[in-house]
Amino acid sequence: MAHTLTPARYLVLLAVMLTASVGDTLLSHGMAQVGPVSLSHLGLLLHALANPWIIAGILCLLGFFASYLSALSWADLTFVLPSTAFGYIIVALLAHFWQHEHISPARWAGILLIVCGVGFVANGPSLTEHPPVAQPPGAALDPLLGTEPLGADPVAPHQIGPRA
Amino acid sequence: MTSAPHVALTSPLLTWTTIVAVAATAVAGDCLTAGAMRRIGDLDDIRAHSGLTGAIKAVISSPLFLVGVLSMALSFFTLLFTLSRVDVSLAAPASASLTFIGNAAAAKLFLHENVDRRRWLAALFVCVGVALLAR
Repeated sequence: MAHTLTPARYLVLLAVMLTASVGDTLLSHGMAQVGPVSLSHLGLLLHALANPWIIAGILCLLGFFASYLSALSWADLTFVLPSTAFGYIIVALLAHFWQHEHISPARWAGILLIVCGVGFVANGPSLTEHPPVAQPPGAALDPLLGTEPLGADPVAPHQIGPRA
Repeated sequence: MTSAPHVALTSPLLTWTTIVAVAATAVAGDCLTAGAMRRIGDLDDIRAHSGLTGAIKAVISSPLFLVGVLSMALSFFTLLFTLSRVDVSLAAPASASLTFIGNAAAAKLFLHENVDRRRWLAALFVCVGVALLAR
């Protein structure tokens, strides 16, 4: 099948979910130390930049943005977003096993739903293949879109379930 | 005092207007950056060809990407504004869920991604899952 991901690209997706969840957790830990920031004391935000937890969180989120953009350069938005929703589960599991937070049955149900959602897209192709438009004959095909033009039919062959 | 000001601050209209605004700006940001990355092409190829600085230059010189980042920043500040008036347990999951569904629709409309049944289901499942996580 076209556009199944290489192991290196799965690592990038893993980096997206890990850096996002760990970065957010670090920021939240740091801001809990800094204390509440009100509109009249915005200077406190600059003070927060000196907190090592905040610095680590920002570095994590920079890594997140870089890996997120890199993922978007070779996969569809509607593939990347659900795949990386796995990060929500990582946060919940971290909260449960590390911070010993209580996870209610409703939350476990939410985790289950997200796992199912991720499973749906992970089985599908990661990139929509568009038929090349107005390509001069013999021109080099876009390496991103592969070498197999689909023709004018907008319905992709990998669409599941034929309409009855 | 006949009406307390905080009642007006958390009126359902304002609550949902701000939540929808957060989601709409987030969807705009995601779609614009995704569109920019699609135009720029595979970053792995660019990096192999012109190095990491070349890849960074290709990304930040894209106007579409810059507008996308601007939308993301706008979404962040709208979220801050929302959080100052609406409970985080409602605002965060509601806007995240709306963003998932909005992104699926916008990716189909504007990015012409093939949002097939399995991707719709994924967006729907994640959306409901996020809402449940916040309970």
